[in-house]
This record gives sequence, structure tokens and C-alpha cells, in this order.
Amino acid sequence: MTNSNINHGNHGSNLPARLFTKQSQALIYNYKEAAVQRMLDFDNVSQRDTPSVGGLIHPGSDGGMYKAFFGFKELVIPVYNSVSEACQQCPNADVFLNFASHRSAYQSSLLALREPSIQTVVIIAEGVPENEARSLISVAKKLGKVIIGPATVGGIQAGSFKIGNTAGTIDNIMACKLYRSGSVGFVSKSGGLSNEMYNVLSRCTDGIYEGIAIGGDAFPGSTLTDHALRYEKLPEVKMIVILGELGGWDEYGIVEALKRGEITKPICAWVSGTVAKIFPTEVQFGHAGAKSGGESESADAKNKALREAGAVVPTSFEDFSNVIAATYAKLQSKGLVKPVEEPTPPELPLDFKTAVKAGKVRKPTSIISTICDDRGDELSYAGVPISEVCKEQYNMGDVIGLLWFKRKLPPYASKFFEMCLKLVADHGPCVSGAHNTIVAARAGKDLVSSLVSGLLTIGPRFGGAIDDSARVFQDAVDNNLQPSQFVEGMKSKGKRIPGIGHLIKSADEIDKRVVLLKDYAFTHFSSTKYLEYALEVEKYTLQKANNLILNVDGCIGVLFLDLLHSSGLFTQQEIKDIIDVGYLNGFFIVGRSVGLIGHALDQRRNKQGLYRHQADDVHYAL
Amino acid sequence: MARKKLREYSTKYIIKNNFPLSCNGSKLNLKMIQVSPNTPTLFELSKSIDNIWVNNSKLVVKPDMLFGKRGKNGLVLLNATLEEADRFIKEKINKPIEIGGKSGLVTHFIVEPFLPHTEEYYLSITAERESNRISFSNCGGIEIEENWDKVASIEIPYGESIDKIDLHTLIDSSVQNREYVIDFIRNVYKLFNDLSFHFIEMNPFTLDGEGKPYPLDARGEVDECASFKCGGRWLVDGEPVQFPQPFGRSLFPEETYVNEIDEKTGASLKLTLLNPKGRIWAMVAGGGASVIYADTVADLGFGNELGNYGEYSGDPNEEDTHKYACTLISLATRNPDSRPRALLIGGGIANFTDVAATFKGIIRAIKEYHDDIIKSNISIFVRRGGPNYQSGLQHMREIGHKLHIPIKVFGPEVNMTSIVAMAIQHINVPIVNPLKPHTNNFSPTLNGVH
Repeated sequence: MTNSNINHGNHGSNLPARLFTKQSQALIYNYKEAAVQRMLDFDNVSQRDTPSVGGLIHPGSDGGMYKAFFGFKELVIPVYNSVSEACQQCPNADVFLNFASHRSAYQSSLLALREPSIQTVVIIAEGVPENEARSLISVAKKLGKVIIGPATVGGIQAGSFKIGNTAGTIDNIMACKLYRSGSVGFVSKSGGLSNEMYNVLSRCTDGIYEGIAIGGDAFPGSTLTDHALRYEKLPEVKMIVILGELGGWDEYGIVEALKRGEITKPICAWVSGTVAKIFPTEVQFGHAGAKSGGESESADAKNKALREAGAVVPTSFEDFSNVIAATYAKLQSKGLVKPVEEPTPPELPLDFKTAVKAGKVRKPTSIISTICDDRGDELSYAGVPISEVCKEQYNMGDVIGLLWFKRKLPPYASKFFEMCLKLVADHGPCVSGAHNTIVAARAGKDLVSSLVSGLLTIGPRFGGAIDDSARVFQDAVDNNLQPSQFVEGMKSKGKRIPGIGHLIKSADEIDKRVVLLKDYAFTHFSSTKYLEYALEVEKYTLQKANNLILNVDGCIGVLFLDLLHSSGLFTQQEIKDIIDVGYLNGFFIVGRSVGLIGHALDQRRNKQGLYRHQADDVHYAL
Repeated sequence: MARKKLREYSTKYIIKNNFPLSCNGSKLNLKMIQVSPNTPTLFELSKSIDNIWVNNSKLVVKPDMLFGKRGKNGLVLLNATLEEADRFIKEKINKPIEIGGKSGLVTHFIVEPFLPHTEEYYLSITAERESNRISFSNCGGIEIEENWDKVASIEIPYGESIDKIDLHTLIDSSVQNREYVIDFIRNVYKLFNDLSFHFIEMNPFTLDGEGKPYPLDARGEVDECASFKCGGRWLVDGEPVQFPQPFGRSLFPEETYVNEIDEKTGASLKLTLLNPKGRIWAMVAGGGASVIYADTVADLGFGNELGNYGEYSGDPNEEDTHKYACTLISLATRNPDSRPRALLIGGGIANFTDVAATFKGIIRAIKEYHDDIIKSNISIFVRRGGPNYQSGLQHMREIGHKLHIPIKVFGPEVNMTSIVAMAIQHINVPIVNPLKPHTNNFSPTLNGVH
């Protein structure tokens, strides 16, 4: 109902005074890379001897090592897959920094609280159910452990230990001199405001000794009062600064402690949320615990109670820095604070990414790509976004046009590409590629191994003659050789003519694939000069043997010459490059991959056992 | 996400529905019907087989709008027939009333059987940090505040089973059917824990014809953060429970829109409209800082000009920040009257929010609302620190310069709230000739843009 209850804020706090030292180490659960690096960077400027990150916990991982920078050097940090393993392996780490989500923070925090080596558990997640927080609070109390959070960024002990993302970037840490100890103990609910206050305190005092953000929830694991009482006990802390907030009764715990004389150090305090009184109805502010409610929970009432109990309370937040500066000046004049030693923090190397963003470094790239761009919102092939590829119903020939030839080809050309792919897609189980694939698949190899085993047979004798035949026929036509001159010339050099001849097919048993290709070219190509030349050559070779036909490789090779020369899309130089680089075997490789994959799947589907060649099929000639 | 208040109907429905599961099969024989503009009328509802009881018992009708003191304000209809109840609702539904200085439409009613009774007990359970507090009194009812000294309380340490606690000291022998009452309180306590209630109050509950405890009124608050665990049991008429706004406070569409974005992201985006005609608008990063900016406006005597309370935090992405900024700027520019206005884009020194990234979203919004910003004579005041703040601030300066929008930009070198005084000074310029549009003497070069 409506009765305020002063007991809410005072619950017999008895936390250990010292939570962190310059040797403290944390285990980080569900680690965030930036947070790890920021902790290590802080370690470096604070001239810690050991890193503050003892180990990382990634539940369900295989463990291993995580690399991060410790100053100029790289550091490997062990990754564990369970809380208990991490605690066993890192007995010196007594801070458990929990980045688990609000759904799973409870379980992992509970495990950590129960580990004897863990003293402090920090819970970052916002939105942890109140009952789970309360359950953790009761466990922590029984075990004498400390919880910071939930819904917090953590805290920092200047120059010795920093939790996660507290105090932001290294620039801010340098600007606020957080790499060395000051004499103010600071505690607030808000993480963002803590950082703001570190900045204020660096200007109007000698800086913080320690700062804690307890988190914005209604039931924080440790309270403003808990930390104020800790600061009272820490001899390095000379004055206490508290930033409270409307909602809840936590601030009254401090009021009570002041009244009972449990806090004797000067306290400057401000409770935000004085605006709530002008709001017509109750308002839920950004923090879950910050809700305008009963009068005693209001900022005005709490500020008044603190002031009456002896805290130095400003008239507004704007005035807060002034009263802090005045309180600090009093301590100085009484000789209670000694001038702080100013260490020179070591220079921290600039992170490469930061330096690039800031335009401070340049670096040559190692790789160039002129065909495909995966940056930005949408992937593009040779400048064509993939949505257009789909919308305009590009076929595989068009995609090959973009990715191999870097241009959109006319439909007759991309259809020809597709036709080549279709015609070479498979040629039965007995050819060398399919045979190898079948043998590999039956040896229990996976799909890609079986495919590659077959692909590796593609070469000058099997399927890989397209480029070579294009080269020799181009050469022959360029040099105006008569077919007979060309054939005899090759023969005298002891070379087979690539693209001529077939093991099985012959002039009598024609290769239907070649017929289809020729028909397509005669119908759709504006010139078939090279094909006609090759057919003259075939006429000549057939006089020598019945199987010296223009085979499918040869036919594709010369038809590509015709396509490239007659389409008007390629310069002479480009055609030369295409032939020299050797684009054309790619058609056989892509096409035949379809068949080889089919053979590999076929063998596995039929559960075929290991293939062993019949011994009686081998002529042993020893 | 935080504690949310439930309607009486929702509270009772959830308690009744979950009673057997949490309380060892015990049943709570509650009968009630909700009537709202979204339901059929009471008369139509009375035809349904489940509601057959309304036809043959006397009824109680109460508005169910999260406000109390209904009896004292004569808003409760007692011992009524179905016709009387139906007429009562039809007379009052969607009509404005004023309660405790807040006015609004009455939209929801709860209809229950009228239970003649003599006993009125008070029960509440409140979640505290280390315990749950049970408060009980045998002087319940509308005079409870006057009788507050007769309310006794007991604290149950969190996690302790209620079955181990002796409640006989709290519920003394003067209470009729004492064991029934104790049993009932234990059961409600179990429900309270199981269903992540933060607060339950029954004022009063009485004893029904069989002498069993029967809540006449009930209030409940649940911890919305537990919805991933309890959402499946927080069902009302088969639908997920609704969390209504406080009475007198219907949501503006913009607030609903921001709530929707907020629910979809891990970051936090909040907007409360205070004064649509206000001339100071705040878009502040951080739950803590946002309160302080609002405080400062009020401290300096301009709380009446504060258009909104708002905050964004937890590293929202550029897209969400953009939507949020558009919503806010559209509100801030909606009532141009030639008088100067100010938009505060404030914040402390962020720990991990990428200032440049969130500012990108804001800058896009400023570009899109460029004309409106000029028309409504808004000056923008920026103060922010944190990761990448230098480039974020630089982009703000550039956009001000490019679009000729008066914009002042500061980093951590000035106090967080120093831009509030500047904004107030800006809006407080006396208007020389109110008939003529106010000449904007802000020019970018004069105002620290470079």
C-alpha cells in the first residue's frame, strides 16, 4: 500500500571492502571481443604485470585459445567450455564477468557463485527477471559473495582493474586519467553516467579510486549503500560520491548509515529524477527501477533525507561538480589528500581498424577482384546485383558471361554456353573422370573428394582439349595453312591434333553431341569460319583413320573461336587473352561436375562397397 | 521492461486459471466477465453458455481502469440485475470521468456476482529485495488507509517455502474460518512466486457461502522481464495478458510505435510525450543521463516547455536510431508557431555505444525533416562522448552547415547538461513582433559550427 518503509534500503550490508587489486583476474563468460581487448588495453596503460583476463568461457565450444593484444604483443587466452573447468584451471581468477543474455544469466551466475575461487560476479544483461536476481542475491549472501548488476556495465578500480566495457575507449581512459589511482569512491546506478562522472571527477578532484555502476534494476545484486560502506572501509578512499535515482529506497540505507555514524568520510550525493513531479501521470524512465511512485521514493524526498543526514547535496546536477570540487578542496586544505603521483602511461599502439577509420595508415591490398563484389547491401556479379540476375531470369550461361567474360552476352551466346554445359554434363560411368569418382565414392570418400578425384583426370586426353584445340586451329587459320599443311605439320612435330579423334566414336558412329553443336552454330552464329576450317581438317584426317573425327572438345573449341570473333563483343586482344589464359576447359569442368556429382551420389545411394580391380584384368609382367 | 500493472480482471483471471496448477489442485471459484468497447455488450455476453450465471444472480459492476477508490467515488454498482448492470455499463462506457485530478475515458468494466458478506479482510504480498512481505488485516475494505495501524505484516525470506512458515501469528483466532484463510494465503503466495508477481493485493477478500475465501477486489503487478518464463501462464481469455497504461494516459501513436521498435531490439528506446506543444525536445542517450537532462530543464524553470521524456541506449543500430529520431523530430516540428524551439541531442560519455553509428541514424532523420526543422524554427544542441564520438560530432557539424540548420555541437569538454541552458536561452528570446515570422538570427558560422 502506501506506507514507505525505511527498512527497504538497509539490509545489514557486509561486503568485503576490497574487491579488486592490481593482480585481480576475471573469467569472462560469453566473451565479447571488444570488451576483452579494452580490458587488456587498460591493463597496459595501467602498467599491470599480468593481464586482467584469466580465461574465457564459451559454453559448448571446443575450447582452444583466443588471441588478443597485450600492448604490442599478442596474448593467447585459454577458452573453456564450462564454468567449472575455467575455475579449476584459473584458480587465481576471482571475478566472474557474465555477458550471458537475460534468459541465461541466472544459470551461469549461479554456477559461478558456487565456485569457491569466485568472489565477485558481474552480470551485464538487462532484463533479468526480478525473482532470478533475488534468488542470486540470497545465494550470494549465504556464500559471502558479491554481485554487481544485473543491467550494468560493471565498474573500475583506477590503475588496477577494469570490468568489461566500463569507461569506454582507451582515449577516454587516458583523458580521465583512469590509469592511476585517485581518492574518490564513486557509485551510481547508471553505467553511462558513471563514465560521465569519471570525467567530471577527473576535473574537479584527483580522480576516482574506484567506481561501481550497480545497474538500473529494482533489485540490484549489490546496492549503493553496500558500496558506500565498502568505500568507508577502504583507506585509499578519502571521499564518497553517490549518484542515485528516483524509485526504490536504496538511498535511505546511506541516510541510515550516516545517522548511525557508520559513514564518516565526506559524502557528496545527488538523486536524479526531480523532474518526475511535473509529469501528469507516473512515468517509467529508462531504468527498470526508475519509476515515479510513492513520495518517499521521489528524488526530492531522497535528496532532502540525504542532506539532513549530513551528505553534501547540490541544488541540481549542474551544481554537483561544484560541491564535489568544494568538498575535495576542503580535504586538500586539511592535508587529507596527498598530491597524486603522475605516472607516464606507456604509449598504446593504435589498433589497425581504428587507424584505418581515422585515416592514419595505408596498406597495400593483397588481392584484387574485378568480377564480384560482396560489400554493401547486395552481392553483385560484374556490377549486376543478384536481385537483377534473378528478376531478369539470367540462365547459367548469362552468369558465366558475367563472372568469366565480365559482360552480359547476347541470348544466342549464353544459350550456346548452356548447351555446352548440358552436352558435356555426363558421358557414362566408364570414362576416366566418372570411373575415378566412382572408385573414390566407393572407398567411402565424401562428396567433394569423390568429385575432385574425377575432375583431376580432366586434361589433354580427357575433356581438357578445348583450349588447346582452339589454340591450334586459331594458329592454323591465322597463318593461312591448308588443312593438309596443318595436319602434316603437326605430325612432323610428333603432336596429336587436340580436338581430333575419339576412342569409340567414328565417322560411322557419329557423335550426336557434335551434330547438335554444329547445327546450333550454323543456325545462330553470324560466322562459322573456324568450324568450316575444322571440318576441312576432319575430312583430311578421316582419310587416315575412321575415328579421327572432330570430337566434342574440338568442336566446342572452334565454335568458341567463331563466337568470340563474330559476336563483336570482344577485341582481338581480349580474344587472345581468353585463349591464352585458357577459359574454355572451364566449360567441360563445370558441365562434367554435374555428372560426376551424380555418379558419386549414385554410388552412395546404392551403398556400393569398396571397388577393387579384378586381378585377372591385370597383365602382371614382372 | 519492468513491473507492469494488471487490470483487476486480468489479475483475477490469471489467479483463477493457475490456481490448481500452483496450489496442489485446489480451485478458486471466481466468476467474472469483462466488458469493453472491444467485446459484445454484457447483455449479448449473457447468452453465452459460460456466462449463464449472470442471468440468475445479482451483480456487481466496477470500472477496471487501474484506479482505486471506486467505491468512494460512487463508481461501483452493487446488487444489480442484468438489465441494470447492462444499462450502467452502457451509460458509462467510453465516457470521460475525473479521478484524483486525472481525467480519461472509462473503457473496461468487470462484472461479478454480488456476494452479500460481513467479513472484509485485507491481504497483500509485496516483493522486496531479500524477502516477500505478506500483510493482513481483518479490517479490510474501503477504509483500509484509515485502519492501516491494524495491518500486520510478516516477511518471508526469498526462497523459503511458505509451507514451513507458521501464519497463525499473522492470522489470529479472531478470524473466521482461520484455517481456510491461512490455506488460501499460502496458495496465493505460491502463485505469487510461480507467476513472477511483484505485488498482489486483495482488498477486501471475504468468505463465500461455503465459508471459503473469495477475493472481492484484486490488484496485481507482474515483472515483465519474466515473460519468457511465465508468458505462457499469463493468459487472459486465452490471449497473452495486456499491460494497460495508467488511467488518464492513453498512448500517442508515436509512443506505441517506439514501444514496438523497443520490443524488437536488444537495445532500449523510450518515448513519453509530455507536452505536444512544448518547445524543448530531448533525445538523450542513456537511461541515467536522460533523467538528468529532463531534471535540468525543470530545474531551470522550463519543465512546462519540455515536450517529451526520451532515451535510447544499449547500442541501438543505425536503422532503429533513425526510426526513433524521425518519430521525435516529427513531434518536435508538428506545431510551428514561429517561436524558437530547441532539440537536445544529449548524452554522457558512452561506454560502448558507437556514437558515430547512432548519429548516422539521427543525421539521416535530420536530412529527411530538413524543411520541417527550418519551418518550426528549431535549433539543435548536441553534446556527446564515447567510442567514435569525434567523427560523430564532426558529421553533425557538417550536416548543420550543409543544410543551414542552426546546430551547436559539443563533446566531453563541456558539462553534460550545459546544452540545456543554451537551449533555454535560445527559446527564451523575446519575440519582437509576433505578427511577423520570427527572424532566425542563428547562422551556422556564428554558432560554433566551425
